[in-house]
Amino acid sequence: MEEITKKKLQAIACKVRMGVIEGTYCAKSGHPGGSLSISDLLTYLYFAKMHIDPKQPEMADRDRLILSKGHCAPALYSVLAQRVFFPWEELQSLRHIGAMLQGHPCIHIPGVDMSSGSLGQGISVACGMALAGKLNNAAYKIYAVLGDGEIEEGQVWEAAMFASHYQLDNLLAIVDYNGLQIDGKLSEVCSPEPIPEKFSAFGWHVIQMDAHDFDAIEAAFAEAEQIVGQPVVIIQKSVKGKGVSFMENQVGWHGKAPNQAEYEQAMAELQTQLQELEG
Amino acid sequence: MAGEVKKKATRESYGEALRDFAETYENLVVLDADLAAATKTGIFKKAYPERFFDCGIAEANMMGVAAGLAASGKIPFASTFAMFAAGRAYEIVRNSIGYPHLNVKIGATHAGISVGEDGATHQCNEDIALMRTIPGMTILNPADDVEARAAVKASIEMEGPVYLRFGRLAAPIFNDPTTYQFTIGKGITLREGKDVTLVATGLMVSEALTAAEQLAAEGISARVLNIHTIKPLDTELICKAAAETGLLVTIEEHSIIGGLGSAVAEAVCDSCPVPVVRIGVKDEYGHSGPAAELLKEFGLCASNIVAVTKAAMESNTK
Repeated sequence: MEEITKKKLQAIACKVRMGVIEGTYCAKSGHPGGSLSISDLLTYLYFAKMHIDPKQPEMADRDRLILSKGHCAPALYSVLAQRVFFPWEELQSLRHIGAMLQGHPCIHIPGVDMSSGSLGQGISVACGMALAGKLNNAAYKIYAVLGDGEIEEGQVWEAAMFASHYQLDNLLAIVDYNGLQIDGKLSEVCSPEPIPEKFSAFGWHVIQMDAHDFDAIEAAFAEAEQIVGQPVVIIQKSVKGKGVSFMENQVGWHGKAPNQAEYEQAMAELQTQLQELEG
Repeated sequence: MAGEVKKKATRESYGEALRDFAETYENLVVLDADLAAATKTGIFKKAYPERFFDCGIAEANMMGVAAGLAASGKIPFASTFAMFAAGRAYEIVRNSIGYPHLNVKIGATHAGISVGEDGATHQCNEDIALMRTIPGMTILNPADDVEARAAVKASIEMEGPVYLRFGRLAAPIFNDPTTYQFTIGKGITLREGKDVTLVATGLMVSEALTAAEQLAAEGISARVLNIHTIKPLDTELICKAAAETGLLVTIEEHSIIGGLGSAVAEAVCDSCPVPVVRIGVKDEYGHSGPAAELLKEFGLCASNIVAVTKAAMESNTK
């Protein structure tokens, strides 16, 4: 990736993270940790990869993304706001009564392709969309973003079996492998590992990538595009809370909003990062 | 007379209707979970194999796949037994189909106690109750072949999620296909009456008609309503019957908790209170046995409807 493009994406990702902090701070609840771990991924997809048009969110031949780990809606909303599907100010009323931005993604929000949040379900819906794409001979891609804890849901493996059986090579799942879930470390709660081997056994092409390196992200998606006749899963090794020093790798920040002091510190850190990137 | 009545299971009508409407509605696709031979979607599969997708024994995923197809402009019919469609996959139906209000049609067969020999694990007497709680869900429970076919067509022509309930057991065909008209949300008065109203749905409609005959022979004038749409409920027709006959007896092949009886009781409670007596499966599980014998044992037959109605009329006049 060209240096200038990378810097640009890094800067956008930084702003997306600021939106996550803004949204969860204003909501006084929500899930910053897992939102921050997918901020680079969503930035790449919505700014460098997906065929979308903020002016026509329902465009028939658009690529679609389902945030199967729906609790990380703050990241999705933030990237959609950056992409101007709706005004950035909407993030400040996240989870408020009467607000557009619901606690978990809702299909009626511009740019949101599917309601999600009950874990394990989004990947099945993505399979249905991919199957429809095949039936329509459409070129669009379906992206499904899953949590690593989420794959403990049995439905994920029903969907994995289905996608492989119907050779849904227009489906790309990304597992956000940050190693933490609400009750603790993935390996200690009820381990779903080894993850790559499981997907591989289900007939998927497996790619592993560094979630916070845009060169690696670009390479992974380029590899995925070459795969024909089977679904692809990218397992992205990420850092929960990435970008905010005191949130990184801390399970406590799975589902907790920053207080005012924490908000100010997080925003100051991200502002410093942004200045370095844009300076 | 009874011997001359033709019979057909509504699941059979369902499979045939899917096949017959497929040409007109080219976006129609069918999903099943390894039960195509039993749900009768196999009839569709044989005619349109490229539009049929077996999901294997994985109902949760099937409902999600249906949601994704619907979100992409298809009209998916997702089929399995009622126990798994409404029971196992409840939360997926609620969150992936109901909440985004997607155009998924759930074809649930083998509903109720008339599943027979397979016994309690497969006799779903709770599906209507479960589906009623989902906002925006339409629930159709056709009584015979003619109505089942019409219900499938109506479900295709409306936008939004629909739960269609079909039976395993052959049901008497009492509707005339040349004159029959089906409108979602509109009950049908099959017989006028002034002393009591029998409010029935699905397999129990023909039993209610038989019961009304028997009651007439004893000088009791029973009105018979066929409530093929459980949701949205035809409260106008029900309240009119309540006001005019003063007593309602509901009959359904479903638990008396949460089904037609509950829906009717809620409706009359709100606007036209009269006594409502509910005939259905009590708060208990079924068990194995031939369907016809089970229906008798659980009181889902004309003779019990007659007995319960007479008793209700007696206590109502006291």
